[in-house]
Amino acid sequence: MSNQKPETGAFFQRDRNWQPDAYTPKYKTSILRSPQKPLLSLDGTLSEVTGPVFGHNLLGELDNDLLLNFSKDGQTPVGERIVVHGRVLDERGVPVKGTLVEFWQANAGGRYRHKKETYLAPLDPNFGGCGRTITDENGGYCFRTVKPGAYPWPNGVNDWRPAHIHFSLFGHGFSQRLITQMYFEGDPLIWKCPIVQSIGDKDAINQLIAPLDMASAIPMDSLAYKFDIILRGRRSTLFENRREGN
Amino acid sequence: MTQPLTYFKETPSQTAGPYVHIGCTPNFSGLEGVYATDLGTKMLNDDTEGTRITIRGRVLDGTGTPIKDALVEIWQADVKGLYNSPTELRGQADPNFTGWGRCPSDMTSGEFVFETVKPGQVPFKDGRLMAPHVTLWIVARGINIGLQTRMYFSDEEAANADDPILARIEHRHRVSTLIGTKAGNEYTFDIHLQGDNETVFFDI
Repeated sequence: MSNQKPETGAFFQRDRNWQPDAYTPKYKTSILRSPQKPLLSLDGTLSEVTGPVFGHNLLGELDNDLLLNFSKDGQTPVGERIVVHGRVLDERGVPVKGTLVEFWQANAGGRYRHKKETYLAPLDPNFGGCGRTITDENGGYCFRTVKPGAYPWPNGVNDWRPAHIHFSLFGHGFSQRLITQMYFEGDPLIWKCPIVQSIGDKDAINQLIAPLDMASAIPMDSLAYKFDIILRGRRSTLFENRREGN
Repeated sequence: MTQPLTYFKETPSQTAGPYVHIGCTPNFSGLEGVYATDLGTKMLNDDTEGTRITIRGRVLDGTGTPIKDALVEIWQADVKGLYNSPTELRGQADPNFTGWGRCPSDMTSGEFVFETVKPGQVPFKDGRLMAPHVTLWIVARGINIGLQTRMYFSDEEAANADDPILARIEHRHRVSTLIGTKAGNEYTFDIHLQGDNETVFFDI
């Protein structure tokens, strides 16, 4: 880690036109789970500009290797082998270093390994479906896995989720916390999905679609997708009238 | 013409979905053997300074039904009002206290529980002290973007009355939605996503 003093400015206002609304009735579950009263809009305080940070001692050797982290006897899961990589930056383009990234997904058949999951596609004995890593000095991260399958879900009679990987990000302050989903270039289900359509702006949806990245594919081994993630930017505190250390 | 003003846009949020546990608390979801323990289950150890408290609550939907697939995280200062964070520049927080906890709601009752300590006071930007509080972040299936709120403490009436954030709530009867109710060393804090008692959520 560098000796540079950490930044402590408050975060940029969240663009609620770019982010999904809470109430998006075509995604039925949102109807009863969306706040209806106005949010209380406030500039961040110390409680929001600080946040937990996790050290590398947290990570196991296979935490970013979903091909092996649930493998039995060294066997790898069924499915298209892929590398997913990218950078975590803030809205200013500043790399978000040393931050925990967690990811989870269904197997190649679209089945999750979860107590409550009942889809008829089979579990894969060699696939768990969770991983994590910590971004490097450039905000970079990578992991390898299999491409998840699409699956049906109870919303409309015949709604299907496009193939996707869930991501959880911490950033450097608790108000940078973000959960999102990465989709795959060229998947026609993306544009039919009520969860995707909770986002109103097409350019915002495109921000969630990872392109195939042949430059990072590993010959005779794995394809690759590149997914950059942007967290809220933070203001400079240079000209702010604050008490020392605040 | 001007120079272009170039900022990136924050990546849009998507719901955590019903299987958020797979990624965040895999052992809880029945996915065992990948991580030794689920992250955020333990905030304390025997040497942590401060008064032990339990925070217990549920996340309720618009019909008053407890949500059984939510994930709740909390973030709070230590007993001296310091955050265990690299962006805390006022001093060294208690190294035996993480300040961060993560708890899935129980799959049967919908209850979340945190074993923590009562936080100290943290200054607002102008130096006034905010009343002791815990920040909460709630995600679940059907929640398109994580919801942020705070829990204050029912036994801190004087500090709550002077709190600069609570003072910003226009409809004063809604302040009570942010107060955890004390019984012994336990505080109960139900989060209402909708309805007359809808919790005040923050855009902060």
